[in-house]
Amino acid sequence: MLSEEDRRLLHILEQDCRLTPEELAIQTGLTPDYINKKIKQWEKDKVIVKYSLLINHEKLEEERVTALIDLKVLPQRGEGYDRIAQRFQKFPEIKSVFLMSGDYDLCLVVEGKNMYEIAQFVSDKLSPLDVIEATSTRFVLRRYKQDGIVFYGEEERPKRLVISP
Amino acid sequence: MKQYLSPIAANLKPSGIRKFFDLASSMENVISLGVGEPDFSTPWVMREAAIFSLEQGQTMYTSNAGLIELRRELSNYLAKHQGLNYNPENEILITVGASEAVDLAMRALLAPGDGVLIPDPSYVAYAGCATLAGAEIHYIPLRAENDFRLQVDDLRLAYTPNCKVLVLSYPNNPTGAIMTREDLLPIARFVSEHDLIVISDEIYADLTYEGAHTPFATLPYMRNRTLHISGFSKAYAMTGWRIGYVTGHPDLIQAMTRIHQYTIMCAPIMAQFAALEGLKNGESAKKSMILEYDRRRRLMVHSFREMGLTCFEPLGAFYVFPNISATGLSSDEFAEQLLKEERVAVVPGIAFGPAGEGHIRCSYAYSTEQLKEALERIARFVKKRL
Repeated sequence: MLSEEDRRLLHILEQDCRLTPEELAIQTGLTPDYINKKIKQWEKDKVIVKYSLLINHEKLEEERVTALIDLKVLPQRGEGYDRIAQRFQKFPEIKSVFLMSGDYDLCLVVEGKNMYEIAQFVSDKLSPLDVIEATSTRFVLRRYKQDGIVFYGEEERPKRLVISP
Repeated sequence: MKQYLSPIAANLKPSGIRKFFDLASSMENVISLGVGEPDFSTPWVMREAAIFSLEQGQTMYTSNAGLIELRRELSNYLAKHQGLNYNPENEILITVGASEAVDLAMRALLAPGDGVLIPDPSYVAYAGCATLAGAEIHYIPLRAENDFRLQVDDLRLAYTPNCKVLVLSYPNNPTGAIMTREDLLPIARFVSEHDLIVISDEIYADLTYEGAHTPFATLPYMRNRTLHISGFSKAYAMTGWRIGYVTGHPDLIQAMTRIHQYTIMCAPIMAQFAALEGLKNGESAKKSMILEYDRRRRLMVHSFREMGLTCFEPLGAFYVFPNISATGLSSDEFAEQLLKEERVAVVPGIAFGPAGEGHIRCSYAYSTEQLKEALERIARFVKKRL
């Protein structure tokens, strides 16, 4: 179980992983030493998996397409969906692999330069697999919000009085 | 036309922050640490509930005391989170912000010539409302060496036999001070011994960063002697909705409800629906705002101490109240020069009463980036004067 302090520390790091242990110490009341040790431990235990960057590719006007690919898969004896899921994990084009409830079994998030590239990937790499019974590919048309960040639409800019009691 | 004004209205002093408001509003590129409200907008669940209520055509008056669903939920909430037990039928009144509750309380309790004890420094409305009620104000100085906690000896010195009401407001605006149960016990004894009624403005109760907040009404024999005032403005970031409440003995609440009935009728219904949603489903949004304030609070105290200023650690609300007397400036001069030189607006301590002199109030209801920029500018300003 995480202590209240550790939970808070992780929460702050999750919002901004660029803060130094010294800055984190000021903002949490913990010591830089403690924070250093904690972060090292979390990195070692893979609690902290990666420090990543969220890029808004639209701003760069780069071609980039995201697709959600739902798959109906024949589960394999003794292994269920694990083996096939692990196989998908190895494709760099596939950003996420989820086992889902509902009509389809696996959901893949695939990124490519354009629709053609993704269509090619589906027909070359996924559809020919015996275990796959059906696929349904849906392309992302607009990214309104991702990972808690609003990408599209006007930001709220409420006006406050300069001074109030 | 001034000759037509009643003497009370004519003599009502403008709030001490007015001058700075006018000055700061006229300047460009000002970072203001002068705001007494959250930088967050109201959590979406609550806004959405209000929108839904409007779509449903809920645009009528509510009962004078407020929606019974809201009073019931509030009663449960206060019992669960603060150990306070009030009957939603006759011991809770929903008001137009905690401000209205303060006004109602003063008017219900004080007759011309009655004495009211008000801590100094304190939020600007107490003295204003007491004046409107025709009461005689007795200030009790709060001292930096006591971390701005009210001391019973100072209360005793300020007390005169015509005093009927004591105003308390912890966690405190402008100092950020809190009072623990142990700190409050001698005050409660004094209140009993001198047959006082306490108007306890606990609007910042949820913004307590160490230990649990002690509601004054939970102290021995204080329930019936306390008008417990709070609201949704600070913890739920709802300042503009104007929604607050007061709880207490049915006789007092009934009298206040009568005044409320003739002057206000009822609090805005959509604000009541939003508040109700906040009590039901706003807890996690509230908690994440509190965590954010706590980070900033630590950053502020650290930075002011780094500058070489004395800054006691505020454990509540969202203000720091550093001592700036080492700069050789009065709080008014400090605030004015800082604004002109570095374009940072703060509120001089004197605006909250004479005992606030030597301090400035800095709100940390701003993003960390804004705070860092403001603190850099203040540090540059202070460095030249130490």
